[in-house]
Amino acid sequence: MASIAKEDLAELRRYLMRFALLHLRDRNRAEDAVQETLTAALEREDGFSGGSAVRTWLTGILKHKIIDVFRRQRRELATSELADDESDGRDPDALFDAAGAWQTPPASWGDPAKMLEQKRFMEALEKCNGALPERLAQVFTLREVTGLTTEEICAELDITPNNCNVMLYRARMGLRECLEKNWMNTGRPT
Amino acid sequence: MISCKDVSRLVSESLDRPLTLRERVRLRLHLWMCRNCNNFAEQMNAMHAAMRRLMGGADEPPGR
Repeated sequence: MASIAKEDLAELRRYLMRFALLHLRDRNRAEDAVQETLTAALEREDGFSGGSAVRTWLTGILKHKIIDVFRRQRRELATSELADDESDGRDPDALFDAAGAWQTPPASWGDPAKMLEQKRFMEALEKCNGALPERLAQVFTLREVTGLTTEEICAELDITPNNCNVMLYRARMGLRECLEKNWMNTGRPT
Repeated sequence: MISCKDVSRLVSESLDRPLTLRERVRLRLHLWMCRNCNNFAEQMNAMHAAMRRLMGGADEPPGR
């Protein structure tokens, strides 16, 4: 760590903050996690061998800090009335009729490649991710942003594989609906 | 033939694990005939790709 230039550190810090915010969705909690990460990194100077992988190394430490926060949150959620948090939002089953057909047929979002280049879409995605129910968001960001496998998520958060699949499904359905509302209806290019 | 609801679940799971041959065949067959689910699958894939991009993407492309 000692060999990292000041401006690099600022840049690293920005990256880590962004990563933490996507998962924790709260500036204070994210700042704490990043602070703890940098402190842990300084204490474990021997753990870093140098080179361009410093970001990956720090992100690895941060990932563990985030999972710690998630575990703590889950314990707190379990004892509160928010225990049913993951059933927040609309039941995805309501999107289908009795025969399992779409109530509202999904429309085309247009060329996916173009969509990804679109700033408005990415902003809407981030906003909608931030609006997901807490426990769904935990599982979803660990899967989609950190890239953990469902097996890893199950082990880290002590949930069953089936529950994990259901939560990911609900998160995706929720995100999709939010995007339709916030982006597709307003800013979609034709 | 499996329903659109079943397909929506399979599409989601296909982003997290390799589907079995049987699941793949059933999914492909349905998607081949159902425009709605085709749109849905495209949306899911686009969301999946976009989430990756939020962190600048290709740092360490997650498994599946």
